Parts: sequence; C-alpha cells; structure tokens
Amino acid sequence: MPHWKPLLPALALLALCPLAEGDPLDDEALVERLAPCAACHGESGRSASEVYFPSIAGKPAGYLYAQLENYRAGRRRHTIMEGLLANLSESYLKEIAAYYARQEPKWTPPSHPRSDEELARGRELIEDGDADLGVPSCRACHGETLTGVAPYIPGLVGLRPEYLSAQLAAWRTGARRAAEPDCMGEIARRLDRDDIHALTAWIASRPYPEDPRPAASLPHDLPLECGVVR
Amino acid sequence: MRRGLLIGGGALAAVLAAAALWLAWPDLLESGEIEPAPVDTSPEQIARGEYLARAGNCIGCHTRRDGEPYAGGRAIRTPFGNVFSTNLTPDEETGLGTWTSADFWRAMHHGRSKDGRRLYPAFPYTSYTHVTREDSDAIFAFLKSLPPVRSPRIEPDLRFPYNLPLALAVWRALFFEPGGLEPDPSRSEQWNRGAYLVEGLAHCKACHSPRGRLGAIDSEQAYGGGEIPGLGWEAPPLHGGMSDGEAKDLAVLLSTGVSRRTAVTGPMAEVVFHSLQYLSERDIDAIVDYVQSLPARSRAPVRGPVLAPGRMQNRMLAGARLYAEHCADCHGTNGEGEPYVYPPLAGNALVTSPSPTNAIRNVLLGGYPPSTAGNPRPHGMPPFAHSLTAAEAAAVLTYVRNAWGNAAGPVTPEQINRRD
Repeated sequence: MPHWKPLLPALALLALCPLAEGDPLDDEALVERLAPCAACHGESGRSASEVYFPSIAGKPAGYLYAQLENYRAGRRRHTIMEGLLANLSESYLKEIAAYYARQEPKWTPPSHPRSDEELARGRELIEDGDADLGVPSCRACHGETLTGVAPYIPGLVGLRPEYLSAQLAAWRTGARRAAEPDCMGEIARRLDRDDIHALTAWIASRPYPEDPRPAASLPHDLPLECGVVR
Repeated sequence: MRRGLLIGGGALAAVLAAAALWLAWPDLLESGEIEPAPVDTSPEQIARGEYLARAGNCIGCHTRRDGEPYAGGRAIRTPFGNVFSTNLTPDEETGLGTWTSADFWRAMHHGRSKDGRRLYPAFPYTSYTHVTREDSDAIFAFLKSLPPVRSPRIEPDLRFPYNLPLALAVWRALFFEPGGLEPDPSRSEQWNRGAYLVEGLAHCKACHSPRGRLGAIDSEQAYGGGEIPGLGWEAPPLHGGMSDGEAKDLAVLLSTGVSRRTAVTGPMAEVVFHSLQYLSERDIDAIVDYVQSLPARSRAPVRGPVLAPGRMQNRMLAGARLYAEHCADCHGTNGEGEPYVYPPLAGNALVTSPSPTNAIRNVLLGGYPPSTAGNPRPHGMPPFAHSLTAAEAAAVLTYVRNAWGNAAGPVTPEQINRRD
C-alpha cells in the first residue's frame, strides 16, 4: 500500500488545522468548529431563547473548563454534552473554554414577577447568607456584584432563574457535582426549595452591572473549601 | 418396573456424567502449570507493552470516567446485565500486584483469573487468546510499571440464570477454545500482522459482528456488522473489495478520525481516540490489508419501513426543505460535503446503512470526531434533538438517505423516538 502518512500535513492544511497543538486558532477558525456548542449556547456563547441552556459568554475560563471536565467525569450529567466532549483533547477543550471566556456576557430579562417577600428573602441570602443554615452570602464567593471571580468562580448575573434553580436542585440530588470538596453541593443541600427560588428570583431581578466581567480576585478567603479552586 | 427404573436411572447417570465431563474437559486441558517468566522492566519492554496495551484499547474499558487510568470499575453493559472491569494497576490488594506473568497469560489466553475463576467474556479473551506469550508478557510489564491505585473489584450484576457459575461454564464449553493464530505462509508479512492485530488485540470482531442469543459470535457471520449490545449504536460491517483509494482513506480514518469520505462517531471515535491513533503507519496499513481480504460485502436485504409513493414524495419534499435550512451550509447542496471537515453525505456508508440507527443518533445528539495528532481540533456536528421534531428529523433523514443517488429507504418518526 502506498504510504499515506506523509500526506498528513497536506490533509491538515485542507482542514485548516495547524498540526502543532500549541498554535491557537484565530476566532473565525474556532467558531467554525464550535457549531455544536452554538446550537444551544448561541452565537458567541450567548444563549438564544431556551430556558435551560445557559449563556456561557464571559464566564471565567477555569470555571468553564472545569465544567467540561465534570461532564467527562460524569459529575455533571447531560447526554449530549457528555457525548460531544468524550473524545476531545484537554488542550482543545481549554482553547474552547478560553474562547467563551473572552466573549461579552449577556443579560436576559426575568420572565415571571415575584412577591416582595420572596425577593427580600433572596436579597438576604445573597447579601448576608443565613448563619443558622450555615449558608454564606453568595457574594462571598461569586463576587461583590455576582459577576464571578477569575479564573474558577462563575458569575450568576444574567442567568435565568429557571436555570439557576435547576442547577441548585441538581446539586441537592447529586445529579450535578463538582470536584471534591464540593462546596456548592454542600450549600445547595442546606437550602430548601423556597430559599432556592427566592435567591434565584432576586438575582434575576437585579439590573445588569455596568461591568459584567469577572473580578480579578477575591478580597478575602473563601468561606468553604472548594475543589474547583486549585 | 424396577428394571425399567434401573435402566432409566443408569441412562440419566450416564448423561449427567457425560455432561460433567464435557463441562470439565476444558478445565482438565488447561490445568497444566504455566511457567511464570521474570518481568523484564527495561524501558524498551515497558514501551512495547504500552504500545500493545494501546492496540488492545485496554484503557477504554479498564478506566472509570472519573477514575485513574487502568484502575477499572467501569460498568460494561451487556444484554445479560452489567459486569465491571477490573483494576489492572499493580495494587497488592485490589489490582495485579501479586500476579505473575503466568497469571496474566492465563487471563489473556485462557480467560481465567489468578485464582482459576472463569472470566466473563465481556473481557474479550475470545480475541486476546490469539495474542502471543511475548506480547502478553510485554503488556504485563507495562501494567506493572503503572502507579498502584486502590480500586476493589465490583461483583457482576447479571440476571438469572446468567449469574450462575454453571452458565459461564456452559458458555465456555460451547463457544470458547484457547487459540493462537498460525501465520499463513501463503500471505504477506503485512497481511499476517494485520490478521494478528485484528483477530487478537484490536478485537475488532467484538463490535463488528452480529451476536447470537447467548452473546456469542458465529464465525460464519464474523465482521458482518450489527447492533453493539448495550450501546445503542450499530457497528458497520468490515469487508474487502475496497478500491485502492477507499483502502487508503480507511487508513487515514483509523489514524486521524476523519477521511475524505467520512468521520468516526460514537464508540468508534473512542477507539480511535484511545487506541488506533497511537498505532504505527505499518500496523494501520496491516490492519487495512487484512480487512481488505475479508469477503466483499454481500448486500443484506433492507427490512426497513416502506412508504406509499405519495407519502414518500411528501416526506422527501419536507426533508429537502429542512436540509436546505439546517444542513446544506456544511454538507453542501448536493451532499458533497467538504473533505476532512464536513463529511459528504452522498454515498456515505453511515448514511446509507440498512439500519438508520447511527445516522439518527448523529442528527439528534450531534458529535465530534476524536482529537488526534492528525486532526487535533475536529469540526463537529451540532445536535438537533431540541430543534427538530421527530417528524422533521425523520423527514430530513429520509431525504439524505434517498437523495443524490442514495437509496436506503425512509425513516419514520417512530424510529426517531426509539430509545435504547
């Protein structure tokens, strides 16, 4: 049989794939490869309309990569996500995470009005936490304006309350997990359904911050030990 | 009366004795001592073992998704229940720490554990039995060089009666004979190497052959393709009769995950990702050479749904509209695709396979071919499970299976909704 491996560089050129894994692709070439992601998460990671597909634009790269790892390890479950990621290299997934982290975040207006009482409870949990429940304020980790903290802690603003509630519920049932110690799972299990709805309603009711990008660092230590922060 | 009983009893005893002998016969044949060879810990031997372990894709089954490589614990789904892969790291208590190369050879060649226990054939010793003792020793040397990981064995979870030890003894007596491939001197060295890899370590047969009711492969039908038990994907038939160009494309496909004609998806993407991309050009060429010598494909009769001409025409029209809207940008107006990037759909065997299973899965779930050295950042297929109804998915699949010279029959919404 004729030898075909010498053809590979030519093939790679055809496919517009640089052979050296180190060379980053320009955005156009990368976007072309991310059509499977865009189908749900939208162009540039800004979710189109479906309630349960989060916008991923502008989330910190470390957080996004950790989620891709979580799907591969079965700590997060989603048939499509698990299938898409199963056989992609670490370096490619990191490049994908970095691409979405570079994109401008997006805000989605809330769809359901909430009672003042519910919003007040939500605000209390976000700003002060609940010492009796052992729940720290959300800001203690997700940043003063809840835009997240680079590189591992995601922003919460701009996400739909339905999506946020679903994630907290998934953590409570163990359907979603993070690297151990799983601090978010610990906190989710201390919250009941009403508290979860209250705090996600309050987050969704906030005006979108002028600067939606993640903070560069936290001014203090994390209140709990978290496996995702390495 | 009494004499009748005696004769009946005697006959029954004779039948039982014959059955016991039949079941024990393989044990008697295998009870001889196997010489352990000292483990060669040279870097060359370990590298050789690692290469061979790659060729066997041991890591694929023997690694849990959130676990350490080779530490086992992954559930292997079979129609009879689940079995769990074992720990191949040299942990003293839970792995191969106390094993000798003879114990390892017994597992590979005879399908028996260190303690003599019969192994379930989800561990493909029906193929590995063709692996030579030298290669088995090299793989063992490599596994011994891994960091030990504690990962206890998980008991199989099989349904009655498959969970009975007798069931496994009967299965083995019926379907397993320790092997070893005799090289065929009338064939080239390359062909013999290909036969050794395909029949042995690469265990291609395990997925690419239909299985009988007891999960065994009828050698007459080997490589005829079929549904992969427990996975919900079809393995295509492997067959000869390829043109030189097709054979070359197959080599590129196995090595990089993509070719001018198609891309690997589903379980085969995993095989290329973990195993085949690491094989040398010589070995890939040998595999293709051997596949080329398999019987040319005899077209299996298509037993798919049949639509009245009017309904078929309507579905094709609806499918053509959906194709233009969702698919043509990448796959081309005439299904011509873009070589190595977007697979052509015209004449694509995955699309025109008698069973639409894989095409349906690709449309609903999307997918990426694997990252490989030759194609580190693959393009992918978007999932359409959220955006197409079952009727729409059936229409667009009916269209691509029957447009541009394809003639593979319609797809129904019921087939789309089927879940494994």
